[in-house]
Amino acid sequence: MPDTRTRLRAPVLVTGILVLVAVLVSAVLAGASDLGWQRVLAEFWAQVTGGQSPLSAREAAIVWQLRVPRVLLAAVVGAALAVSGATFQGVFRNPLADPYLLGAAAGAGMAATLVVVLAPSVTGWVVGPLPLAAFAGAIGGVGLSWLVGRSAGGGGTSTLLLAGVAVASFLTAIQTFTQQLNTQTLRQVYTWMLGGLSVSGWREVAIAVPYVAVAAVVLCLSARLLDVLTLGDAEAASLGLRPGRIRLVVLAAASLATAAAVSVSGLIGFVGIVVPHVVRMLAGASHRVVIPLSLIGGAAFLVLADQVARTIMPGELPLGVVTAFTGAPFFAWILRSSRRRVS
Amino acid sequence: MFRRFAPFLAVLLVLTGCATRPSEDSASPPETPGTFPVTVSAPGAPAVTVDAQPRRIVSLSPSATETLFALGAGPQVVAVDSASTYPEQAPRTALSGLSPDPEAIAAYQPDLVIVYADTTGLADALAKTGTKTLQMPDAKTLDDAYAQFVALGKATGHQAEGESLARQAKDDIDKIVADTPKRSLSYYWELDQTYYSVTSATFVGQVLSRFGLTNIADGTDPDASGGYPQLSAERVLQSDPDLIFLADSKCCGQSARTVAARPGWNTLTAVQRDQVVALDDDIASRWSPRIVDLARTVADAIDKAGA
Repeated sequence: MPDTRTRLRAPVLVTGILVLVAVLVSAVLAGASDLGWQRVLAEFWAQVTGGQSPLSAREAAIVWQLRVPRVLLAAVVGAALAVSGATFQGVFRNPLADPYLLGAAAGAGMAATLVVVLAPSVTGWVVGPLPLAAFAGAIGGVGLSWLVGRSAGGGGTSTLLLAGVAVASFLTAIQTFTQQLNTQTLRQVYTWMLGGLSVSGWREVAIAVPYVAVAAVVLCLSARLLDVLTLGDAEAASLGLRPGRIRLVVLAAASLATAAAVSVSGLIGFVGIVVPHVVRMLAGASHRVVIPLSLIGGAAFLVLADQVARTIMPGELPLGVVTAFTGAPFFAWILRSSRRRVS
Repeated sequence: MFRRFAPFLAVLLVLTGCATRPSEDSASPPETPGTFPVTVSAPGAPAVTVDAQPRRIVSLSPSATETLFALGAGPQVVAVDSASTYPEQAPRTALSGLSPDPEAIAAYQPDLVIVYADTTGLADALAKTGTKTLQMPDAKTLDDAYAQFVALGKATGHQAEGESLARQAKDDIDKIVADTPKRSLSYYWELDQTYYSVTSATFVGQVLSRFGLTNIADGTDPDASGGYPQLSAERVLQSDPDLIFLADSKCCGQSARTVAARPGWNTLTAVQRDQVVALDDDIASRWSPRIVDLARTVADAIDKAGA
């Protein structure tokens, strides 16, 4: 039973924010193209003071139009995935819950595949058809799981998770079937499924930020309610809360954040599971701590992972592969040590 | 259940038992060009012995399909896979070269099947129906491509045409290269919108290096990532290529206009000097006789970039 009295202490919050800022700055200073971190710093200084920058126009474009938006987008996507994961784990009282488990990823993958196959070269939209479809698919996948779970009766959390598994398998089957019929689109969909931020700019930031921001505010405000929910539905009801309605609102907010993230970055796994776990280990299990720190921690983690993805090899490494590489073993280690502590 | 069908079954058994099958070769064959049996193989693929001139060919490789028609073996081709989009008269079907279905292929009663790779045991499966399977793997060099023209000519009874097609393509490309002034230009070859590219170690990369161009994807090791690395927008911008070749124009609607609209790309030399070339995706990815067209397009781009 988590200690519901835990509050987020100022030193912890400040430390978290400082770490995030340090990660963001270092990510902007180094990148795939070797501009030299001193010269990038000088460019920032010149922007602030209006002085002379050592960067050419093209190098400045690399920094301002490619690198900065990419780093920001990594932060936004990481924050969205981690905070959604924390929310889902809290609502389902299941440490392995993750929006991906409820059909968000499968729905997004299916919708993206359908769009690539049916409308391969739609261009000139304000938002590209692929992110739009992924967004709708992610929301639709979670919504369908919700409906199936409800109609299966109870609306209990395990019913919902199982419904999510069934829905996800079905949507993935549709996707695979479509791909088999249109093998020439395999590569495009596959690349997207691996997850990455290689094609990202201010446009993608502008697409993702509003949804993630709204979801983050809703979830931070609901943190106390989530803590009450962890006591059990009966207790929550006795305190005058309506558990079903709270659950619907926070799940909708978390799904929205996930969908926004998926639509701009493809499928990036493990952030939603690993980051909240680490936060709980370090700072306690109250949602008033876990929700805000997951936002910060998720952002820092994904910026670091993307830094690895874009600099470790001559080419790019798919970001989803980096997070799985670092996240999966780490997660196994957390499971092991947390079990040992309990028993 | 069985009783209702028993009479039909009996009739069927009798019919099949005494049926005389029409012999496909009952008419005397026209004069057989080339000599059969003949043993052929493409570079990097096992040798296959073809006993008689194939009359029913199924091609599951778009490059092979183009070559077969260029050779004059088109009339022998009874089915091609769904990706074989050229030439127009090729008998396209729903067959897949990526995950070939032996039964669906056998339904066309082929005597020769051409694939680019046999990863699923297709040759063994088809051998049971008396069908030969010829592999034409991805050409690694121009010479590989020429060798495939010759091999396909030999296997289909068009040996002379195969040889002359190879010679013609080689001469044409050599002449195009010779006629194009050597300029030290760099290029970026775009496979898709996530900046997958090719290095000089690939077939396409080798065609372009004949012109003395520098590939920005090469880095320190052209063999890295199997010759198909994913670059980043940052790296493309910093390399500032003189030429950009888009091999994703048909599939993904990319053009000089869409490239110029990407964040920061308007600073590139290639964009500013209008040296972004939208290629026909199919020509840009196949080792067929149309590589001559590709070479010509590249030469034109270099000519225009010279000013």
